[in-house]
Amino acid sequence: MTDLSSFREETRDWLQANCPESMRTPIRGFEDIYNGGRKPEISHPDQVVWCERMASRGWTVPEWPVAYGGAGLSKAEVKVLREEMALIGARSPLDSFGISMLGPALLHFGNESQKLEHLPPIARGEIRWCQGYSEPNAGSDLASLATKAEDKGDHYLINGQKIWTSYADKADWIFCLVRTDNSGSKHEGISFVLFDMASPGVTVKPIKLISGSSPFCETFFDNATALKKNVVGEVGKGWTIAKYLLTHEREMISAFGTSTSKKTIGQRAAQVLGTDASGRLRAGTLRSVIAQYQLDTQAFTATMERVKDEAKAGQGLGPASSIFKYYGTELNKRRNELVLSVEGEQALGWDGDEYRGGEMARAWLRSKGNSIEGGTSEVQLNIVAKRVLGLPDA
Amino acid sequence: MTLVLNEEEIMLRDSAAGFLAESANVSAFRAHRDNPTASGFDRALWESIAEMGWCGIAIDEQYGGLSYGFTGLGLVLEQMGKHLSVSPFNSTVLMAGSLLEQCGTEAQKQEWLPKIASGEVVMTLAIQEGTFFDLDQLSQSVTTAPDGFTVQVEKRQVLDAIAADAFLVVGRDSDGFQGFIMSAADVSVQAQSMVDARSSGTVVVNTTCGKDAQLNPAAMNGKGLTRALDQIHIGLAAELLGLSTEAFERTVAYLRERKQFGKVIGSFQGLQHRAADLFAELELCRSIVLQALRAVDSGDELGGLASAAKAKVAQISQRATNEGIQMHGGIGMTDEYDIGFFIKRARVLEHTLGDFHYHLDRFAVKGGY
Repeated sequence: MTDLSSFREETRDWLQANCPESMRTPIRGFEDIYNGGRKPEISHPDQVVWCERMASRGWTVPEWPVAYGGAGLSKAEVKVLREEMALIGARSPLDSFGISMLGPALLHFGNESQKLEHLPPIARGEIRWCQGYSEPNAGSDLASLATKAEDKGDHYLINGQKIWTSYADKADWIFCLVRTDNSGSKHEGISFVLFDMASPGVTVKPIKLISGSSPFCETFFDNATALKKNVVGEVGKGWTIAKYLLTHEREMISAFGTSTSKKTIGQRAAQVLGTDASGRLRAGTLRSVIAQYQLDTQAFTATMERVKDEAKAGQGLGPASSIFKYYGTELNKRRNELVLSVEGEQALGWDGDEYRGGEMARAWLRSKGNSIEGGTSEVQLNIVAKRVLGLPDA
Repeated sequence: MTLVLNEEEIMLRDSAAGFLAESANVSAFRAHRDNPTASGFDRALWESIAEMGWCGIAIDEQYGGLSYGFTGLGLVLEQMGKHLSVSPFNSTVLMAGSLLEQCGTEAQKQEWLPKIASGEVVMTLAIQEGTFFDLDQLSQSVTTAPDGFTVQVEKRQVLDAIAADAFLVVGRDSDGFQGFIMSAADVSVQAQSMVDARSSGTVVVNTTCGKDAQLNPAAMNGKGLTRALDQIHIGLAAELLGLSTEAFERTVAYLRERKQFGKVIGSFQGLQHRAADLFAELELCRSIVLQALRAVDSGDELGGLASAAKAKVAQISQRATNEGIQMHGGIGMTDEYDIGFFIKRARVLEHTLGDFHYHLDRFAVKGGY
């Protein structure tokens, strides 16, 4: 306990001395999130300074071992660090798929030299990663992927196409699912391989979404090369890692279902649309739809907490966790529809200051993808029906 | 406040489940429905329940209870819902117990709470007037009389009214809420025959009560009455959760065994997705009920939480029981099959002290819109 409080004191002093004032202001949007990489996008020069200072202490990935660029902190210490950062409003120094996705997979499945080669540059924000999973003909049926990896002795020759590759146009390396063997069932013969996006034969084309932005790309491989030492886990057994990462990704997407804003949509509606003498929203039919949404959000948030508490108490990850991705994304879509109902024309503006760059409309349109990416709602329901309820295949 | 059951609570839940599965199960309910006793419940069962200490779970030790907390009471109620157990537990322990705890004078608590904890009294709450429960619409039925009060009112949907030894009658006078403890001799009772075959009645009151029968008026008009009703809403939500979960599990079991078109019907995606979605909703119900139970024990302000729990579970209980019948097909429509008992009980429980719409409205009001 004393150790933890002295850790808190040191942490507080260090953050006070090292966190630039500009990095203690709330982020205004995606442009203020620092992702690192060879050609980092910067909205303020202090982003680089802040990331470097935090990385020098291993605090961009505080729970990772020191040898891999982390600080080897215990869960309790990480909690203290987060609390102390929150106290001064410090921004996250670095966010990336390397930290949230590849890192955990490498720590779990990678060999020692892979960890030593790839993890420290992630921790320092030097290399930005993207994920090569879906293909034009392998969406919900991901295991039918066909990007071919041909054995050439010390390396593979890779040919094929990926789609929905998030930020492929900004990433330096890719973790990619490829087919190294065609002879078995579709879940066999898939390998999880890492290679440099700057390699010859890799081209990237952004995809413009209905929301107007282009977070995703098409990625083409025309005789691109990947060294064999960069196959993670066993050759042909990449599906295990793919599933591990999908579970992880689904957990991240589910969090969209919990609300972080201080004002509820009901309170916002009361402000915009007015209430009667009893305090009830004047728009009666809208009121009950909003109440339904708020009710489900409260119950969903309680479910996320319950599952966390059960896991902490050693009762394992209960079946409730299987509903998160499905329910959380459907809730987020409902919320965005309600924003339109409450804000009306204001939420349909596309451009210009009057509409804050069409923020509401774009968020509404983007939310439609939540129940598609990372496993559609329908796939999630299939999983619950089969694995949790024990219902048989058709 | 953690949303996970501790070992002690899991033991309590499992022992309640074990006992009720054996002694107060759905077959026992069918027997009761076909040949009801005059009192409306099985006295021997009620004694066994009292012997196990369940009646005193949430009552303070100083009044003869176990001081175990409201979460424990909720766990027992959930199991009673699951097994459709028939006893005056709701009326006596949940309703009368909660109101006395919150609004009784010290002398009243000392007199009545030990009797509730030991199961030696059947006591109930008479509050609803007309066809719906609405606290804001209670009539002015209480007037001041020499040495006390005159109460003239008709109360409906009074659980276990036929067998009750004592009544907690809640009404209004010109200043606000008033509550009185009355004996069976003070009121006249007429049985109501309800769809769920539980004992319920209309209570006609036309009597004068002394000051010693009056519940603490400060508590009735402060936080006490609201808190007591919130506890009751949460307890009913717990019972409805158990019922809905059981109806769902029976339905899924049927989907796994019934064959049509040469296949188990549970292999059809049209049914799979409906079942999986219902599973998700029931998990949400479980969480919000536990959150509400814990909030009662921690003494937190409940705000809209009690109505959130009741509204959410009420809504999903409709879905679970409606789907229960639909997915069972024709056999689900027969009286011989048990699934019909669940839909009947579910609706009466839902309408006890406020249905889905009542609580959704209250949840919204408490949320500021």
